[in-house]
Amino acid sequence: MSNPALGALRQSGSLFALVLDTVRALPRRPFQTKEFIQQCWFIASVTIVPTALVSIPFGAVIALQLGTLTRQLGAQSFTGAASVLAVIREASPIVTALLIAGAGGSAICADLGSRKIREEIDAMEVLGISPIQRLVVPRVLAAMLVALLLNGLVSVVGVAGGYFFNVIIQGGTPGAYIASFTALAQLADLWTSEIKAVIFGFIAAVVASYKGLTAGGGPKGVGDAVNQSVVITFMFLFVVNFVASAIYFQVVPQKI
Amino acid sequence: MGVEIRVEGLTKRFGSQQIWNDVTLTLPAGEISVMLGPSGTGKSVFLKTLVGLLKPDAGSIWIQDRDLTRLREHDLYEVRKLFGVLFQDGALFGSMNLYDNVAFPLREHTKKSESQVRDIVMEKMELVGLQGAELKLPGEISGGMRKRAGLARALVLDPQILLIDEPDSGLDPVRTAFINQLFIDLNAQIEATFLIVTHDINTARTVPDNIGMLYHRHLAMFGPREMLLSSEEPVVRQFLNAQRIGPIGMSEEKDADELAAESGQELPPLPPIPLQLGTSDGRARNTARPAGQWCRDNGVTPPPGSFLSGNAGVPGVSQVEERV
Repeated sequence: MSNPALGALRQSGSLFALVLDTVRALPRRPFQTKEFIQQCWFIASVTIVPTALVSIPFGAVIALQLGTLTRQLGAQSFTGAASVLAVIREASPIVTALLIAGAGGSAICADLGSRKIREEIDAMEVLGISPIQRLVVPRVLAAMLVALLLNGLVSVVGVAGGYFFNVIIQGGTPGAYIASFTALAQLADLWTSEIKAVIFGFIAAVVASYKGLTAGGGPKGVGDAVNQSVVITFMFLFVVNFVASAIYFQVVPQKI
Repeated sequence: MGVEIRVEGLTKRFGSQQIWNDVTLTLPAGEISVMLGPSGTGKSVFLKTLVGLLKPDAGSIWIQDRDLTRLREHDLYEVRKLFGVLFQDGALFGSMNLYDNVAFPLREHTKKSESQVRDIVMEKMELVGLQGAELKLPGEISGGMRKRAGLARALVLDPQILLIDEPDSGLDPVRTAFINQLFIDLNAQIEATFLIVTHDINTARTVPDNIGMLYHRHLAMFGPREMLLSSEEPVVRQFLNAQRIGPIGMSEEKDADELAAESGQELPPLPPIPLQLGTSDGRARNTARPAGQWCRDNGVTPPPGSFLSGNAGVPGVSQVEERV
């Protein structure tokens, strides 16, 4: 424990052990339908409004940057194409991930952490019920589903925000903006975006569950766990996002 | 009928910090044992290790010819069905009311109909004196009620082994006396193996058949109640009689200087051994032994005044002998 490198290694090891345990518990019956629906509803209710509010200015700022850039390059007709690409490929999964981690993940971690310090988790194990199957699996699936749906929401709101900003504020041509949507973007972009969002939802929920289930040291321990879970998830998300994007460009042929 | 637990060479560390080393003992089937020890000696850790919540670094725990420390996760969950555990604060599920909390293990592990579940839950709630509080949430009731509800939940699956973590923490002396009586009555009724972890001397002196004591990272002594209560071993003697003179200091053990300063002082005589708490209806428990039998069998002279009253030698209680 005294060696920090060893400690970090041990933490990563137990995190991956939880990932494997969760994946193994996925097909196990009985599936916790009620818990799953409750968690979906809960995560959605804490994320929908902030997500929409974040994605409008996000779409607008992308439109602003690209609108200026395309004018400088003399490619105004591609403003719509570029902004839809930026929103769907990168902005929307990232916004989704930040909110799933920040709002959903922190709530999951606080919930599991407080159960842990009240010994509820131990009691559950002693009663012969696996907390991973009972609590972690429904939360992970709920976070994945909500991330998937939120990503759709962010894409729509972001593109609409971009359209509004470009067309109404900057005085762009509505027809050109919409017509150029498909100039660069393709269906594979949407798939990739949704796959990314699902992966991010998985990571956010697993990290939050891991930190919650290993919380210790009273109420302060739960606070620390929530804090760490959000920070760790953010770091993971950006690394995984980079890797996923790099794989995408290798696998999916781009439009010329 | 209860199940025997055999612990062999159990060792637990957290990182480089040794909690306890080479603990070997046998909890006899159907008997009540108490594990004592000063604060911070890993009593709760010991209890959690016995149910497999924590993995020991060495040693084994034998239950029905299976070594709990080497079981696969699936088998571990099976073995755990033998256990009922009462955690310190009851560990009730905060989102469920008391009824659902107590019904939870039945709904998860049995195919009983709701009306059968209801009968069992009501019986256990009555046993712990919680009838009428079924619909309360754990957050709305006192600590003592939470403990009793936790006990009801630990009992619904008719456990063979009952582990109890500090039943007296946060309870007043009267409630502690009631809950101790409840343990004795329960033991007579369900004949499970009991292990109570505590540092309450009153409980330790009057409730158990066996006492164990963890001290300074090892098991100082484990044996029949009368053996420890008549023991001259300094640590056991100091703790069981709540004295300041002895090897146990304020934080862990005393250093050589402090011990040297005490060397001249004479230890107060051993207080008399109290009678063991009986069942409330006077029925004898199967595993209870006649008072003084261990002392007679082993040629030990119990301290004068022993086995005369139920609270002899209990600190804070009048030491005037009373005939019962």
